[in-house]
Amino acid sequence: MSRVATLDDIVAAIRAAHDSHTPLRPRGGGSKDFYGGLLAGDALDLSGHRGIVAYEPSELYLTARAGTPLAEIEATLAEQGQMLACEPPHFSGATLGATLGATLGGTVAAGLSGPRRMQAGAVRDFVLGVKLIDGTGQTLDFGGQVMKNVAGYDVSRFIVGSLGTLGVIAEATLKVLPRPVAEATRQFACTEAEALLWLNEWGGQPLPLSASFWHDGRLSLRLSGAAAAVAAACRRLGGEPVAEAEAAWQAVREQTHAAYAGPLLWRLALPTSAPPLALDGLRASEWGGGLRWYATDAEPAAVRAVAAAAGGHATLYRAPESLRCREGAFAPLPPALLALHRRLKKVFDPRGILSPGRLYAEF
Amino acid sequence: MNVVPPAARGFRQCLAALVAAYNKPMETAESRSEAPFATDRAALLRRLQWTLPAHGLLSAEEDLRPYECDGLTAWRQLPLAVCLPENEGQVIDVLRCCHQLGVPVVARGAGTGLSGGAMPHAEGVVLSLARLNKILRLDPTARLAVVQPGVRNLAVSEAAAAFGLYYAPDPSSQIACTLGGNVAENSGGVHCLKYGLTVHNVLRLRVVSIEGEVFEIGSAAPDAPGYDLLALLIGSEGMLGVVSEITVKLTPKPELARVAMASFADVGQAGAAVAAIIAAGIIPAGLEMMDKAATAAVEPFVQAGYDLEAAAILLCESDGAPEEVAEEMARITAVLTAAGAGEVRVSQSEAERLRFWAGRKAAFPAVGRITPDYYCMDGTIPRKRLAEMLTAIAALERQYGLRCANVFHAGDGNLHPLIMYDASQPGEWDKAEAFGAEILELSVALGGSITGEHGVGIEKINQMCVQYATPELETFHRLKAAFDEGGLLNPGKAVPSLHRCAEYGRMHVHRGELKFPQLERF
Ligand SMILES: Cc1cc2nc3c(=O)[nH]c(=O)nc-3n(C[C@H](O)[C@H](O)[C@H](O)COP(=O)(O)OP(=O)(O)OC[C@H]3O[C@@H](n4cnc5c(N)ncnc54)[C@H](O)[C@@H]3O)c2cc1C
Repeated sequence: MSRVATLDDIVAAIRAAHDSHTPLRPRGGGSKDFYGGLLAGDALDLSGHRGIVAYEPSELYLTARAGTPLAEIEATLAEQGQMLACEPPHFSGATLGATLGATLGGTVAAGLSGPRRMQAGAVRDFVLGVKLIDGTGQTLDFGGQVMKNVAGYDVSRFIVGSLGTLGVIAEATLKVLPRPVAEATRQFACTEAEALLWLNEWGGQPLPLSASFWHDGRLSLRLSGAAAAVAAACRRLGGEPVAEAEAAWQAVREQTHAAYAGPLLWRLALPTSAPPLALDGLRASEWGGGLRWYATDAEPAAVRAVAAAAGGHATLYRAPESLRCREGAFAPLPPALLALHRRLKKVFDPRGILSPGRLYAEF
Repeated sequence: MNVVPPAARGFRQCLAALVAAYNKPMETAESRSEAPFATDRAALLRRLQWTLPAHGLLSAEEDLRPYECDGLTAWRQLPLAVCLPENEGQVIDVLRCCHQLGVPVVARGAGTGLSGGAMPHAEGVVLSLARLNKILRLDPTARLAVVQPGVRNLAVSEAAAAFGLYYAPDPSSQIACTLGGNVAENSGGVHCLKYGLTVHNVLRLRVVSIEGEVFEIGSAAPDAPGYDLLALLIGSEGMLGVVSEITVKLTPKPELARVAMASFADVGQAGAAVAAIIAAGIIPAGLEMMDKAATAAVEPFVQAGYDLEAAAILLCESDGAPEEVAEEMARITAVLTAAGAGEVRVSQSEAERLRFWAGRKAAFPAVGRITPDYYCMDGTIPRKRLAEMLTAIAALERQYGLRCANVFHAGDGNLHPLIMYDASQPGEWDKAEAFGAEILELSVALGGSITGEHGVGIEKINQMCVQYATPELETFHRLKAAFDEGGLLNPGKAVPSLHRCAEYGRMHVHRGELKFPQLERF
């Protein structure tokens, strides 16, 4: 593993890898080492390239270097009553083996969002700009710090979720938002089917919903917004108030809740309106029914087929290495799309040195 | 609201354009695009006749004329033919045919674009998606609609209204512009500060490549696997593929919306009020600003009740549950008053709210009534630099001897200066264009962008050289080639060649050293 502190170090490391055709794997806090395909190549540890570069609360943006811990960013935002509305996970628990927790670079590269995603948007919805070092060592600046910018192709959003396969994200600018004035959580006893029915019905109404979590016969619903609106929605929806709600949502966001435990976990993304699936092992559902977690022994191909038939896709989110290696983490792409992915990979990384196989085994 | 499709543009405007064309050699498509194409017109038409029904192919000059420009009327070019497919299969056939013959293709929606994105290529065809105009599916439970690219923006919200839903991005051209055009430009509207741009509201696309291959990208489920191709395609100005189907997210209609109208004696104060609202932790549903020249143009046209003495007015909307709107409006009014607003009026009824907005939404046509021609700019800047930008624009008005009315999506720092000129006066368009270029380059110098929502098209192709350096431009070209190796889709638009930038750079350097020497550099 090589550690880099400055932009020049990053560029030098990539140039060297490029020149010698050596695979390289950008890594922030390592909190998502478990996610995606297998890890290949020397780790390029970016945790030393850190620090908030610019933060202007009234302009609603924050720019930081890749290695900046999310914890530091969120603490800074909280002082001004602001937040990262996509609620990306930190995964800093010692149990996950990553004490530093998520960094900004890894957050953008993985694109994983938290409980507020369905209402507020995903990580990619908040990315305004990036400084990217491509696979040849070129420094590229895309996007910027303003809310609207349609000059050129939107590379800053495009690289979200690319898992280090297109370039090293050296710096990123995110849109930030004010924290809601008020929040409340209500709980309902119900089956999965009832929860889905209600969530889809409520989702079509102007209610200040900001998160949902169903697990083991209980649906938790978070409401956020103006104090009067939250109070009115609570009255209308009923349910039981929840004590220590913030800690409970934290456990969902950080996946320290028991629902996410175990060596094998499937992440199924679906249209919210998809009815309960014919699949055993449902652990929890989030995002108004758009995200469902399963721990199932069913054949991977069968899990993927069930998800696809419901209009979604299944990710082998956490699994033993042998299984991940054989099945790949992400739903396979149709041939034409795969070919396009390969061409796009070449645009940024002609020698294929960056995180090979992390997204798909084919590139 | 009058959004006039080019086909129906008034006699006066056509005359002005003709006179202008006579007075100066118009810059044509080729003079700005580099790639040489030489199409065998007869062979092309023969092939297209096999591909399309007779009423789906136009080639007579009088039929082509309505397609010679988009909303940027100063740029015109006749295509060799216009194709009007009626289904995706015909779109595929047209693209295959053009690919085989090496013929440029310019996709077109309603032609309301303001950067010349849909302006034809002299050696190419226009591929109009206007007849693919069906809403294929509207699913109120999943809150989404599947539509063909030629469906008008407003038609989606109209169809969804029965379910208490709507499509959030609302460009002022929404009665005319198509979803395909919205996707290609990543269009915004007056409510995108809170509800996002097109890129935040599109879930899935079907895209036909120049080779006639169909890609499904994105998904009705969140986080589609693989690279975020939606992000790449949205805002790509018809350069990467032709969008043949769009799945959009529908949003529940808020129970109530009210708008506050505040007058300011000073534009600097109005700019500071915008920052103060955001700093107070409020994300209004809309936050718009108009200067005195804009309100003066609008008021006689729509009688919105604007304060004509004010140097600038702000429109600030709150929406949501009635309790929420009441709570937020009280905060908004307090912030506006503290920021020095002379008068704050809050709409007391839906009719009044619509009247306050009518002026803003009709700003372009209203300005169009007081000047023979106007040129709409689209830079974005950090909000805090609004006052600085307005001062600079005032100085440019004097320098060029042209008036400019200013309309802003202030909440997200997106400016629409409307430069007034008369195309029938020799040299006026050149002056207007140079004036506009200075505003765009100043936007970049202030830390912003040359385009917030109208796209680069042909119009801002030179300013791309100012916003991006060679490595980024080269990456854009390689991205384009990954989709369209032969460069047949909308050639010469959106991304300048390095050769062009070198030329533009030379022109700029010999004129003087750094532009805007008074500004802090970024
Ligand atoms: C009065 C007025 C007000 C406006 N207000 C706003 C506003 O508030 N916000 C805003 O963002 N814009 C605004 N615009 C600009 C314009 O309406 C938008 O850019 C709109 O999205 C263009 O849609 P269109 O269907 O007219 O596209 P066109 O002008 O026909 O085409 C625009 C671009 O999209 C490409 N294209 C079209 N269809 C497809 C397709 N199916 N596949 C691939 N590429 C395609 C074209 O090649 C071209 O590059 C305004 C324009 C006018 C005239």
